[in-house]
Amino acid sequence: MRPESEADLAEGIAGAREAFHIRGGGTRAIGVTTAPQVLETGGLSGITLYEPGALTLVARAGTPLVEIEAALAAEGQRLAFEPMDHRGLLGTVGAPTIGGVVAANVSGPRRVQAGACRDFMLGVRFVDGTGTVVKNGGRVMKNVTGYDLVKLMSGSWGTLGVLTEVSLKVLPRPETSACLMIDGLSEGAAQEVMSRAVTSPFEITGAAHAPGGPGDVPLTLLRIEGFAGSVSYRLGRLQEMFADLSVRVETDPGQVAALWRWVRDVEMMQGTGGDVWKLSVRPSAAPGVVAELRARHEISRVLYDWAGGLIWVDCAPGTDLRPKGLQGHATLIRASEQTRLSLPVFQPEPPAVAALTQGIRARFDPKGMLNPGIMA
Amino acid sequence: MQMPEPNPSILARKGRIVERLLAVLPADRVISDEAETRAYECDALTAYRCPPLAAVLPSSTAEVSAVLKICFEEGVPVVPRGSGTSLAGGALPTADSVILGVARMNEVLEVDYADRIIRVQTGRTNLSVTGAVEEEDFFYAPDPSSQLACAIAGNIAMNSGGAHCLKYGVTTNNLLGVTMVQMDGTVVEIGGAHLDAGGLDLLGLICGSEGQLGVVTEATLRILRKPEGARPVLMGFDSNEVAGACVSDIIKAGVLPVAIEFMDRPCIRATEEFAQAGYPDCEALLIVEVEGSPEEIDEQLGKILAIARRHDPVELREAKDADEAGRIWLGRKSAFGAMGNINDYMCLDGTIPVNELPFVLKRIGELSKEFGLDVANVFHAGDGNMHPLILFDANTPGQLEKCEALGAEILKLCVEVGGCLTGEHGVGIEKRDLMVDQYATADLEAQMAVKDVFDPPWLLNPAKVFPLASSEARRVVRVAAE
Repeated sequence: MRPESEADLAEGIAGAREAFHIRGGGTRAIGVTTAPQVLETGGLSGITLYEPGALTLVARAGTPLVEIEAALAAEGQRLAFEPMDHRGLLGTVGAPTIGGVVAANVSGPRRVQAGACRDFMLGVRFVDGTGTVVKNGGRVMKNVTGYDLVKLMSGSWGTLGVLTEVSLKVLPRPETSACLMIDGLSEGAAQEVMSRAVTSPFEITGAAHAPGGPGDVPLTLLRIEGFAGSVSYRLGRLQEMFADLSVRVETDPGQVAALWRWVRDVEMMQGTGGDVWKLSVRPSAAPGVVAELRARHEISRVLYDWAGGLIWVDCAPGTDLRPKGLQGHATLIRASEQTRLSLPVFQPEPPAVAALTQGIRARFDPKGMLNPGIMA
Repeated sequence: MQMPEPNPSILARKGRIVERLLAVLPADRVISDEAETRAYECDALTAYRCPPLAAVLPSSTAEVSAVLKICFEEGVPVVPRGSGTSLAGGALPTADSVILGVARMNEVLEVDYADRIIRVQTGRTNLSVTGAVEEEDFFYAPDPSSQLACAIAGNIAMNSGGAHCLKYGVTTNNLLGVTMVQMDGTVVEIGGAHLDAGGLDLLGLICGSEGQLGVVTEATLRILRKPEGARPVLMGFDSNEVAGACVSDIIKAGVLPVAIEFMDRPCIRATEEFAQAGYPDCEALLIVEVEGSPEEIDEQLGKILAIARRHDPVELREAKDADEAGRIWLGRKSAFGAMGNINDYMCLDGTIPVNELPFVLKRIGELSKEFGLDVANVFHAGDGNMHPLILFDANTPGQLEKCEALGAEILKLCVEVGGCLTGEHGVGIEKRDLMVDQYATADLEAQMAVKDVFDPPWLLNPAKVFPLASSEARRVVRVAAE
C-alpha cells in the first residue's frame, strides 16, 4: 500500500486483513517483522508549515529528510538533534524520511547538549492499528494539554501507529564551530576529560572518544558552536583547562563537520562485517562496561559518544553482547537476520514495565497490524 | 466546575479504610479528623474546595506502595499531592478520596556532578534541588514561578516549565528516570542515569500525566553547570505588533536568549504602581536575557540591540551591573503580586504560535471590553506561552463565573490560532471541560486508553484532565463493580 493521503491510509488499515511492514525511506532496518505486506509512506510528503520566526516546522511523515534540511538551511536553521544517517552503517540505500527519524527517535552527537529527537517533537498525527486517525500535541513549544503521546510515538518504530504528520522545534544554525582534538588518552582518562568538558560552562555540543581513532591512535573530540567571538573565547578556555594534554584545534567548518559526521554515522564500523550494538549507559560507567565486554567477547572496534553515555561496539557476528544486569540498555543495530531473530533486538524489560508496554501496544494496535515483531 | 458525586459506600467505610491505613503508616501520617483534613481541601486554585476522606503522608516508596494497595483493594480514589501549588486544581480532592501527599519525602538520594545527575525523593521542592548542587555551581533548569514551594512530584505531574525553558526546555527534557508506584502497589523503575528509552518512551508518557498513571516517588534529574553570567536588557515599544515582530526577528537572527519576557500596558502600569521599577510608560515591554562570559554577553546583546533599534523602540535599557539587572527584573517578578494587590485575578496559561502574538493580544483586548473585565498580559514571548491575568472581584456575585467564561473564550482563541489550552500549568479540573475544543473524541480516547493500561479501575486522580462526560463510562465501571 502506498497511500496518498491520511484518509486513504486510515481506510487502508481499517480494511486490511494482513499486517503491514511500514517503510519510509527504508534506510533504518531494525528487528525482523512477520508482516507480509509493505506500507510505503512516501505518498504522504511535503512541508505543510514552516515559521522560522517561531522555530517551528510541520511536515508530512514521508517527506524526505534532505527536503527538510534544505528548507531549514535556506533560513539558517537546522534540526539541532543531529539525526544520524544509518545508510553507511547498515548498507542501505534510499532517502531517509522525517517520519523515519521520529519513529526511530534518531539523534546524533549533539544529543548530549541539545537533547534527543523526542525533545524537539511538538506534535504528531498518526493512524493507529484500527485505522483511527489520532492527533496529539500541536505546533507550539510549550504544551501540557493532556497526555504526551508525542513522546510515546517517538521511538515506537511504527508499532503504535503510522505517523502521517510531525511537528518539530528547529533551532538556528550557529555562525561557526570548532573542535578540540586530544590524542593518546586511555578510555578511562578520555571519559574523565569528556565529563570535565560537559560540566564546564562552555556548552560542549559533542564529546566523543575513539580508542582506535582514524590513525589507530586514541582520539578524543570536543565540539563547540556559536557566534565567532564566543567560539574563539571558549576554545581558549578549554585549551587552558586541558593544557597538560596533547591538544590540537580544528577551526575549519568543513573539517569540523567531517569529523562529527565520522562520529555521528559511526563511519569506523561501516562495512566491517561485524555485528554492531549500541549501548546507553551512565557516562562514568562506560569504560568499565567496555572493559567487561572485551573480557568476555571478541570486540573489534569501540566508539564512545555523548561523553561516554553512548557506546558503539563492533563485535564478532552472532555475539550475545548484552551484559547481565546492565544499568541502561543495549540495542542490536546491525546483524544478520538469523541473529536478529535469535537475540532480542531491544533491551528486554522487567516484567512490570513489559506489562505496561504490552498493554499500550494492545490498545493502539489490538490486531497486531503494524510492524508486528519489530520491537520484540 | 462539576465534580463527581462521592461514592456513599466509600464514605460509609471510612472507619475501616482509616484503620487499614494506620496499620501501614505511623499514626501522625494518617489524617482523618474532619477539621484537619481541611488543610487538604484545595490547592492554589482556591475557588474550589472539598475536604478528602483522609490524607496520608508516607515517607518511602514502600509506604506509598502499601497505601495504594489498600486503596486499590478498597476501591478508593487517590489524589496525589506535591506541595499543593497547582493553579489548575490538579490536587483537588473529592469527599470519597484519599490525598496521598509526598511532602515528607524530600531527601536527596544521590548527586553525581561528573554524570550531571541528581536523584531525589519527589516531595523535594524545585528550588531546593538547585540548592543541593549550588555550591558546585550547578543548577536544575526548569524554574516555575512557584519554585520556592512547588514539589518535583508536581513538576513531573504537570511537566512544569518556567521563564528559562526557551533555552533549557521543560521538565520532560530534564527528567532522566523515575521510580513510580502504580495504583495496585506495583513499583516500577523507568529510565535512570543513562539517556533515552530502551523500548517505548514510557518516561515521556508519565511526565505530564497529572498524577493519573502512578505516583512518582523518586526522580533522576539532569543538573547543569551554571553559565558564567547572565544579563538582561529592557526594551519598550509603542505597539504590541512591533514588539512581537522584534521577538521574531531576534529568534530569526540566530540569537537564542535564555528568556524573552513580554508585558503589555495594563501590566506595566499595575506593576509600576506596585513596585516602582522605573519602567517606561509604553504599549509593550520586552525583557531579553542572555548568558555567557562578559564578552559573550556583549556579542549577543550587540546583535539583539541592533535588531531592536530597527524597530524604533521608545526605550532601550542595558544593565551595567547586578543592581541594574535586578531593577530590570523587579517589575516582571512582581507582576503577579501587583495584580493581587489590585484585585482577585485568574491566571491563564494558553500557548500560541509566536507569530500570532499581535492578533491574539488585539482579540484579548476586544474580549476584555465585551466582558467588562480588565486583562493584563505578561508572558514568555520566546515560546508563545501566554499568561493573561483576568482581574475580577470574588466578592461580587457572578464575577467569578464571568471571569471563567472570559477565560474560556481566551483559551479557545489560543486553540483557534494553532495553539493549546495550557503551556505549563496543566489541565486539572480548570481546563478539563475545554479539552473537547482542542481534541476530537478519538484523540481523547487514545489518551484515556493509556490510563486504562496504567490504572484499569480509574482510581488515580480520576475526575481530572478529561471532561467528566468523556471519562464517565470508565469511572462508572469501577463504581458498579463494587
